[in-house]
Amino acid sequence: MNYIDFSLKVVGTRPIRPDGVDKVTGRAVFAADTRASGMLWGKILRSPHAHANIVSIDTTKAAALKGVFAVVTGQDFPEIASEEAFVGEGPMNFRDLSLNCMARTKVLYEGHALAAVAASTQEIADQALALIDVTYEVLPHVIDVEEAMAPGAPVLHADMFTAGVTPKPETASNISKVVTFKKGDIDAGFAEAEVIVEGRYTTQPVHQAYIEPHACLATYAPDGQVQIHSSSQGHFMIRAYVAKLLGMSISNIRVNPAEIGGGFGGKTLVYLEPVAVTLSKKSGRSVKMQMTREDVFRASGPTSGAAMTVKIGAKKDGTIVAAQQVLKFQAGAFAGSPIGPGCMCGFAMYDLPNVDVVGYDVVSNRPKVAAYRAPGAPITSFAVESLMDELAIKLGIDALTLREKNAAKNGTKTHYGPVHQNIGFTAVLDAVKAHPHWKSPLKEGHGRGLATGFWFNIGGESSAQVHVNEDGTVTAATGSPDIGGSRASIGMMVAEVLGVPATTVRTIVADTASIGFTFLTGGSRVTFATGMAATQAAEKVVEDLKRRAAQTWDIPVDAVEWKDGAAYPAGSNAGAFEPLDLAALALKAGRTGGPILAEVSINAQGAGPGFGAHICDVSVDKETGHVKIERYTAIQDVGKAIHPSYVEGQIQGGAAQGIGWALSEEYIYNSKGLMENAGFLDYRVPVASDMPMIEAVLVEVPNPRHPFGARGVGEVPIVPPMAAIANAIRSATGLRMPDLPMSPPKVRAALDAAG
Amino acid sequence: MDELITRREVMVVAAGGMALSQAPAHGADRASDASEKQTSDVPVSLRVNGRALTLHVDQRTSLLDALREYAGLTGTKKGCDRGACGACTVHLDGRRVISCLTLASRCQGKDITTIEGLANGDQLHPVQAAFIEHDGLQCGYCTPGQIMSAAALIKEGHAGSDPEIREWMSGNICRCGAYPNIIAAIRHASRGA
Ligand code: FES
Ligand code: FES
Repeated sequence: MNYIDFSLKVVGTRPIRPDGVDKVTGRAVFAADTRASGMLWGKILRSPHAHANIVSIDTTKAAALKGVFAVVTGQDFPEIASEEAFVGEGPMNFRDLSLNCMARTKVLYEGHALAAVAASTQEIADQALALIDVTYEVLPHVIDVEEAMAPGAPVLHADMFTAGVTPKPETASNISKVVTFKKGDIDAGFAEAEVIVEGRYTTQPVHQAYIEPHACLATYAPDGQVQIHSSSQGHFMIRAYVAKLLGMSISNIRVNPAEIGGGFGGKTLVYLEPVAVTLSKKSGRSVKMQMTREDVFRASGPTSGAAMTVKIGAKKDGTIVAAQQVLKFQAGAFAGSPIGPGCMCGFAMYDLPNVDVVGYDVVSNRPKVAAYRAPGAPITSFAVESLMDELAIKLGIDALTLREKNAAKNGTKTHYGPVHQNIGFTAVLDAVKAHPHWKSPLKEGHGRGLATGFWFNIGGESSAQVHVNEDGTVTAATGSPDIGGSRASIGMMVAEVLGVPATTVRTIVADTASIGFTFLTGGSRVTFATGMAATQAAEKVVEDLKRRAAQTWDIPVDAVEWKDGAAYPAGSNAGAFEPLDLAALALKAGRTGGPILAEVSINAQGAGPGFGAHICDVSVDKETGHVKIERYTAIQDVGKAIHPSYVEGQIQGGAAQGIGWALSEEYIYNSKGLMENAGFLDYRVPVASDMPMIEAVLVEVPNPRHPFGARGVGEVPIVPPMAAIANAIRSATGLRMPDLPMSPPKVRAALDAAG
Repeated sequence: MDELITRREVMVVAAGGMALSQAPAHGADRASDASEKQTSDVPVSLRVNGRALTLHVDQRTSLLDALREYAGLTGTKKGCDRGACGACTVHLDGRRVISCLTLASRCQGKDITTIEGLANGDQLHPVQAAFIEHDGLQCGYCTPGQIMSAAALIKEGHAGSDPEIREWMSGNICRCGAYPNIIAAIRHASRGA
């Protein structure tokens, strides 16, 4: 059923957060908050080198230390064959993931795991790590993406031959693959162009920097049953990876989702779980592990840094006739950067006749990248939206008009294939035009920037159950970890269908043995896909409740109608009966067919793409190069905001992370290939005093493929900020900042160079 | 916190006087740990949320680990263990401290309040209530630290204006970016206070 044109009572309101009290009182149970009797602490020994052969590992002294119960190295893990994994978010190979969790013969980046211990206390575990003797043969390393691509660069994998080029190369290189997307005739397009602009842009890897470090608690029982409590964006993902990496069957593994302290894409892989299970197996005890912050930076995936060139050709009236992009994305030590979405998202906002995009996936001696909010899109959009600004300046056209002129609409064929449908980009641009921020005069010394962004959003496999409890209250269970308020939004959709207040429904995240398979929380899919499953389950419950009322009244089911949380006889012909509400029907459940519940598992299709536009005003301190955000407005098509406060929170949060990416965050390496700023003191994420008020403006162009019109909202807001800020700096100073982050020293250097 | 010896200082001493920020994170500091004699547990008597407790902790144990691992109070969170994120903020004799940089063994006789002890029974502390009302949280991991900092800064008289709140709350990172609502919650709670 579709509720888009209904007047809604719950969806679209702002009930208080169902997990609020737990979270403000310290009761919420995150992964590191769980314990088991006889529990040990597991810790990992990590490579101090960027690139080295492991000549030998001697664990004798560590194993002999009092309080140490197990020591493991690569030898304790099965060899895994190379095989594409479609388990997490973004490309991954099972063998690579296994090697990433525990190196065998070679360490590929500083922080790469190569041994682990389990001991009775954290202090003893740390001592044991220091007693492991490792002999390394240090190898030349490479950090920079273009240096890694150059002939003669140290090669990380002797068996990596670039895919996607013909003929197949005969020598190994660090380029794992080349991807290309073409539409129209790029040469003809540029020949037709009256104005051409070009630019080269770089971005640095940035980390999701969730405040909760990765953590888990694992127990391996003598009969081979495994229990894992962990913090992740997908407990089914954890189950699948652990099974594959350790050669276990899925039915022997049960994963309990803990409360998750931020993920933003970064908790879509396994790092600790296979190690914890192996330590538990060897020690016979439960093992808890938690990464240190330094480990999180050095050994868990940031997103790619990139080097990019863009070229755009247009007619004098602003019509773009040709668009070309070359993208070089760092994948980290193993193949699999978000180069695909990088190639697709940059130009996805526009209706372009001739497009040519080439992308390179490149390994180097850095931690393997992981997904980060709209993986790939913010990087590519920084380049494209910066150059769009240059084009507008060169043409003497207003930045908004240029975008309006070329905006993708329903029916626009993208350069990567699909035709845009049910998109709200034009509505977003209309909202920019109408917004007081856009119309306000610019203050003296300030600059204003505009940038737009796109993300596909996805659907996929989800399961949900709706139970009417014995007292008429409702439990909704799903398999989706809640990282952005989805327990609230799902409960609200269920409440709407059942016709009860939001507080009647309690939503929980069920473990892998208690609910049907559910793909991980990522791609902004949960409110869309899991919400759709839960809505359908609630509808099935309503059908069942109507049947039970009909049975009670001994009238046909069609003569029963459901409204406001109760069954009523439909019209006077049906008979005169007192309505039966949830509590009344629950009371009779034993006599009308037993417990009341429905489960729905679907593979949801039709996720509506998301578009956003951000307007940013800055001032630039000419002395220090410090960029201050004076005003920030983020406008986005959200389809339908189920809980508007959470949607606004997602938009503000995404923009805040984008502001950090734009102005301060970066991985800094020394000449030995070691990260120099693996902590929050030197890796600067935005704090309260850095942040402006971010106004979130919700545009609602309903997605007809979702019962309430919802589309994903959590990823789009991180796409526009970098270019919006760069364009604002250009407006304030006349300077184009093509390299992220636009940190004070860099801005000052640019100001000085410009005199 | 000034009169306490922090764990950072102890680690610096243990590393042979080398400033911690220069010490390589792998290898060297671990090696110095290992060369130390294994220290034995020390008893520490303190009051936590109004209750007298005696904990037997390793001399190197931080107040944060003592609370979480020895006293079973896991509401206080570990985000960095380096004094840089604020997630572990608790009150020590009424003042806010970063518990990951505070040595448990130096808390003898001290009065500690954690997030679990802030409410008065079922009655939430005004800052807790304001965080719910203004939705000053998303994932909730930074929240105990945010709330403990906020409660202290209101008492200290540092919640006079939004810029002042932002400044005094800048030791507490919220990666979910809930800052606008966090500030609103503190502003609201401080007016009521
Ligand atoms: S854990 Fe103590 S400040 Fe981060
Ligand atoms: S609510 Fe997630 S870090 Fe603050």
